[in-house]
Formats: sequence, C-alpha cells, structure tokens
Amino acid sequence: MTDKPLKTIDRVNRTLGKRHRAEKRFRLYGMLSIGFGLLCVLFLFTNIIGKGLNGFTYHFLELQVELDRETLEITDITNENQILAANYSGVVKRSVYEFFEAQGRKNKASARKLIATEGTGYILQGRLKENAEDLVDTQTTVWALVDDKVDFYLKRLGDPGEPGKHEFNEQQLQWIHEAVEAGKLKRKINWAFFNAGDSAHSEEAGIRGAVMGSFYLLLVTFCLSFPIGVSAAIYLEEYAPKNKWTDLIEVNINNLAAVPSIIFGLLGLAIFLAFFGLPRSTPLVGGFVLSLMTLPTIIISSRAAIKAVPPSIRQAAYGLGASKMQVTLHHVLPLAMPGMLTGTIIGLAQALGESAPLLMIGMAAFIPEIPAGVTDPATALPMQIFQWFRNADAGFNEKASAAILILLVFLIIMNALAVWARRRLERRW
Amino acid sequence: MNTNVMTETAGDIVAENKPVTADTIAEQNADAYETVGNAFCDQAKMSMRNVNVFYDEKQAIYDVNLDIGTNEVVAMIGPSGCGKSTFLRCLNRMNDTIDICRVEGQFYLEDQDINDKKMDVVPLRARVGMVFQKPNPFPKSIYDNVAYGPRIHGLADRRSDLDEIVENSLQKAGLWAEVKDRLHQPGTGLSGGQQQRLCIARTIAVSPEVILMDEPCSALDPIATAKIEELIDELSQNYTIAIVTHSMQQAARVSHRTAYFHLGKLIEVNETEKVFTNPDHELTEAYITGRFG
Ligand SMILES: Nc1ncnc2c1ncn2[C@@H]1O[C@H](COP(=O)(O)OP(=O)(O)OP(=O)(O)O)[C@@H](O)[C@H]1O
Ligand SMILES: [Mg+2]
Repeated sequence: MTDKPLKTIDRVNRTLGKRHRAEKRFRLYGMLSIGFGLLCVLFLFTNIIGKGLNGFTYHFLELQVELDRETLEITDITNENQILAANYSGVVKRSVYEFFEAQGRKNKASARKLIATEGTGYILQGRLKENAEDLVDTQTTVWALVDDKVDFYLKRLGDPGEPGKHEFNEQQLQWIHEAVEAGKLKRKINWAFFNAGDSAHSEEAGIRGAVMGSFYLLLVTFCLSFPIGVSAAIYLEEYAPKNKWTDLIEVNINNLAAVPSIIFGLLGLAIFLAFFGLPRSTPLVGGFVLSLMTLPTIIISSRAAIKAVPPSIRQAAYGLGASKMQVTLHHVLPLAMPGMLTGTIIGLAQALGESAPLLMIGMAAFIPEIPAGVTDPATALPMQIFQWFRNADAGFNEKASAAILILLVFLIIMNALAVWARRRLERRW
Repeated sequence: MNTNVMTETAGDIVAENKPVTADTIAEQNADAYETVGNAFCDQAKMSMRNVNVFYDEKQAIYDVNLDIGTNEVVAMIGPSGCGKSTFLRCLNRMNDTIDICRVEGQFYLEDQDINDKKMDVVPLRARVGMVFQKPNPFPKSIYDNVAYGPRIHGLADRRSDLDEIVENSLQKAGLWAEVKDRLHQPGTGLSGGQQQRLCIARTIAVSPEVILMDEPCSALDPIATAKIEELIDELSQNYTIAIVTHSMQQAARVSHRTAYFHLGKLIEVNETEKVFTNPDHELTEAYITGRFG
C-alpha cells in the first residue's frame, strides 16, 4: 500500500521526458507555420510597396509658360467655351522649345516628345477655368508632366536590374540630365493620381474614379445588406419557430455563403440588368449584387452575436414584463451590436476586394469620369487594378501597384475599424 | 414492477419497510398520488390546480395542487431536478420562453386564470415578479436597472417620480445606503450579494403583488444570504413570496409554509415548523434528514 503512490510517480516520471519533447515539437510546429505566414506577408508587402510607391510619384519639369491670347486662340476671356477649347498644347510646346533651346524641326520634335503636352495642358486649363482674367496674358510657372518614358527612365536609373535602359537619342538624353542637374526636373508626389479619374495616358490616370466607385458600391451594399441581414438574423433567432422551414432557410443561408461570387454576378446580370432593366456599370447594380454576397456573412455573424447574448439577461427582461420587441431592442440588440458590426465590416471588406461579380455587370469598363452618384457609370478598385495590369504600358503597371496599396490601406482601415468597434462597444458589457 | 406503492398512504410505505432508494422512487413515478398535509388556504393569492408540465414528451410536473396565501412566504424544497424551478416558472408563465415546454392546468391569480393563452403575459409579469438564481443585472447603470421596469410599464410620468421609485425600491432592497452615490455606475460592477439585492430592487420597482424567487441565495456567501433573508422577511409584510431553496435552514427561517417536491410530484405541504420537526410523509422525512437529495 505504501509503495503504490511511489509507483505512480515513477510511471509519470518515465513518460515525462517524452511528453515534454512532444510539447516542444508541438510548439515548434506552430512557430514554424506562423513564421512562414509572416515571411509570405513580408515578401508580399515589400514587393507591392516597392512597386506601388513608384506609382505615387512622377517626374515634373518646371516650365515658364506664356499665356498670351493669340497662341491660346482666346478672343473673349469671359466665354467659357473658349477657355475650355483653348490651344493649351500650343503654349506648352512653345515653352518646351524655349526651355531646351530647341532649334529646327527635328530638335523641336525631340524636345516635344519629352513632355506630356496634353496632360500639362489640362493643368493649365484647370487654372484658367478658375481664374482666367488674372492669368491670361501673363507668364505662369507650371510643373509640367514629363512623358511617361522619361519618368520610367529616371525612376530606374538607380535600379540595379536594368539601369538606364532607354530609347532616347543623344540630344534628348543630354537635355534630361541637364534639367535634372539644374533642379528643374524633379520627382514629386503625383497629386493627379489621387484626384483624377482613369485616362488613356498613364501619366494622367488617377484612382479617384475607382475609389469613388468602390465607395458608392459599399454604400449601396451597406444600406441594403446591414438592415436586411440584421432583421433576418433577429427574426431567425428570436421569432422564427424551429421547424423544417427554418431549417431549410438556415441550410440555404449557409450554402449561399459558399456560392462562388461569379455566380452572383450572373444572377445580377440576369435579374437586375436583363429583367429589371437597371443601368449597366453602375454602383447601384453592383451594390445589389454585392449585397447578395455579403448578406450570408452578415446574417451568420449576427445570429452568432445574438446567440451569445446571455440568456439570463433575456430572462431578467422577460421577468419584468418586457415584450419580445422590448427585450430585443433594449437588451439583445445593444449587446449583439459589436458582433453584428464586426461581421458587417468583414463582409464589406470582402465586397471591397471582390471583382468577379462586377465583371459580369459591366463594371470593368473604361470610365474616365469620376462618378457623382450611385447611378453614374463607375468602376471599382479591384477592377481598376485588373485593367491597369492588363495594359501593356509600363506606366500603367506602376499605377496598378499603387492602386493595390490603396486597396490594402482601405482593407486595413476597415479591419481596424471592426476591431475598434468591437472593443469600444463591448466595454459596456 | 411495483405499481401500487404510491396509491397507498404514507403510513403504508413505512409499513412496507422498504428502504427508500432512487430506484423505488422512480418506480412510484407513473402513478397517481395525493399530496399530504394542507396544500390549500383560505386567503389564496394564487391557486394552482391539476398542474402538469411536459418538456416534449417528458413529464416534469405531475398533477400538482397548491395555494399560496396573501402575504405568505411559501418555500419549495426537494432534490435537484424534481421540478421546483419548472413549477415556479409556471406562476408567471416564464415557461412560455421555452419552446418545448407545455403547461397544463389552472392557475389563478386572485380570480384570473393566468394560464389562458389569450392572457397577455406583460401585465401578468408586472404583477408577478421574479428573482433568479444567478444575479443578472442588465449591463446598464444601477439607476437604469431599477428604472427599467417602471419605464417599460409607464409607471412614472415625470423624472422625479421615477427617481422616487428607484430610491424607494433600493431602500426596500436594503441597498440604498451602499449605492446612493454611484447610481450611474454599472450594476455589473457590484458584488454578487449587492447585485442580487439590485435584482430584487428591480423586481419590486414595478410593485408586483407576488415575488417568485428561484434559489436567490445560492450564489452568495452567508453574510449576503443573511441580508437577503432579512429582506424577504420584511418584504413578506407587503408581498406574497414563493421561494425555491436548497437550504433547509433558509426555508425554515423565512417561510410560513413549506412544499416538498419529489420527482415532479408535490409530496407534502405543511406549516414550515411541522415539516422540519414532524413531517407527515416518509419521503419528506428522508429528505430533511439527509438520507437522499
Ligand atoms: N429547458 C428544459 N428542457 C428540457 N428539460 C428540462 C428543461 N428544464 C428542466 N428540464 C427537466 O425538468 C425537470 C425539472 O427541472 P427543474 O429545473 O425544474 O428542477 P429543479 O427542481 O429546479 O432542480 P434544481 O434544484 O437542480 O434547480 C428535470 O428533469 C430537468 O431535466
Ligand atoms: Mg432549479
């Protein structure tokens, strides 16, 4: 009897070493997989950030532009149409020739090719639209957009991969380097990238149209899917009798969450566009389609949040004579709200990155205008990224990487918001 | 199968001289029986007749008859799982919230049949309040906890009325002195005993006629328990109280009559003193002397 406990401890000790080793191995596996994950993320981020940051900057040439009436072909500065249609390229070209002191047809052509005269013209146009009276017949300084080949060349000068690869002639090369040394040709943040819509020229193309498109898409999606999702979850959890029908609904909701998103696009095409005849390429229709996708996520997470409300709280309220609606509105909803919001934000973040269904309803179009409402044709961030990557022009590829960064930033903000909302609202628990 | 044990009187069971075990008791379950002692009273606030409760097919309460007198404290005791909570929940229709639960029988609150499906549970629960086993304050301020009932029932027209109700209820629950400076702090920040008294204050804020308590002290330490017991004593001057408890001392201290439940049957109801000194039924005696339970 006395050596029995001793025996047990001996047995325990015998296996102890093995157990500890297994424990250590188990921890190691976990650490390895986390390490692998982190490495992938690190690689992804350095790659994208490295490429993407280039997209935010551009090379500009400081030009003095003479805005005289004759060259601009303006006779009446109060006439808006004349201001819009003025010959801005003309004045830009002239000052480019002056800047490089280009003489002769061939040299002038070489000089002209270094500058994006049209894009620079738009900058001037914008200024004149605001204040033509003070500007016409004066000299003004403008940071002119260089041609995208110049930008590409300069950005890769320090690149160990293929530095200084170019197709410029001697003269052009000399001009570029002179201008850089004189401090006239500088790399600056390209604000047009944030402010402009899509464009056929990479130096003028901006993300604003896609961002606004995505914003309206999410707005429609949120306005539809949040109230519907939450109401559905409340009904299913609090009111619906538990029978075959509700089981069927439950199974279907779970299935819906697993349907490939392109199917929702087809559905949207068939129902919203073909049957209801809603306008193509609009955030309205896109929002409808994305709502179908986010609804299951919201319903499932909202139901989980409602289920997590302690029954004792419900009982307390019922015991005081609260009606079902009062119990739901006063107690269940406030307690479940953080979970519901988290689910919603995660659903919306998914919707933000979704592209397949939008493809089906024509949101992959080239749309230079910035949408001003949910019924304007628009594209979305992932669509824009896709289109820019597909473009053969190297300038666009850079933009695509920059757009990915923007998309990632939005996603991170939304996820942070979800965490914040959860913490913030849960504190009252 | 022994089929006729329970049809006979308590005395006969003793005469049979069989040991009381869980098995013999289970066998007795399917049979008709009679509650011994006096389950009825003259000035009944609530009367329950022929109560049967089922969870799905499983019967949890068998043919119970019981009166609860006005301003009386009735204690319900019995081994775990015997249906005390189930029976108590019938009295304010809290069983409605359990889908699979089916309640049969007549329940009268004064002259009103409260088990009528047409009867609205909202006014019923305003008249028959409930305090639960685990303190369950809302995750709101102490003030809002107490004010919630009066608010949803529209008992106070003005803010000052509501303040008065809150103060009165907290005072009656013996909590006012401890919380009067922190009315707007969360009720969940109180100690367990304080929380339970807050729940009692919340219940009496709607001025119910009957208060149901399901093991109100089981989560509390002896000092907090003593406070609540004192409180029950005071409340019994104005309220009718039905209390479920596992503590026989507690039942002896606070109640006027005691009902002993056993496997869904109401075995014996008697004056508390009699139940604890000289019970009529063998099962009651077995339980209070600690032979099972
Ligand atoms: N929600 C429910 N669903 C199914 N069966 C239940 C439910 N609640 C109680 N029961 C069953 O009903 C019987 C009585 O339960 P009840 O909770 O009333 O017992 P009790 O006397 O309060 O026990 P305790 O003293 O442990 O609280 C038990 O057999 C229990 O398993
Ligand atoms: Mg119980």
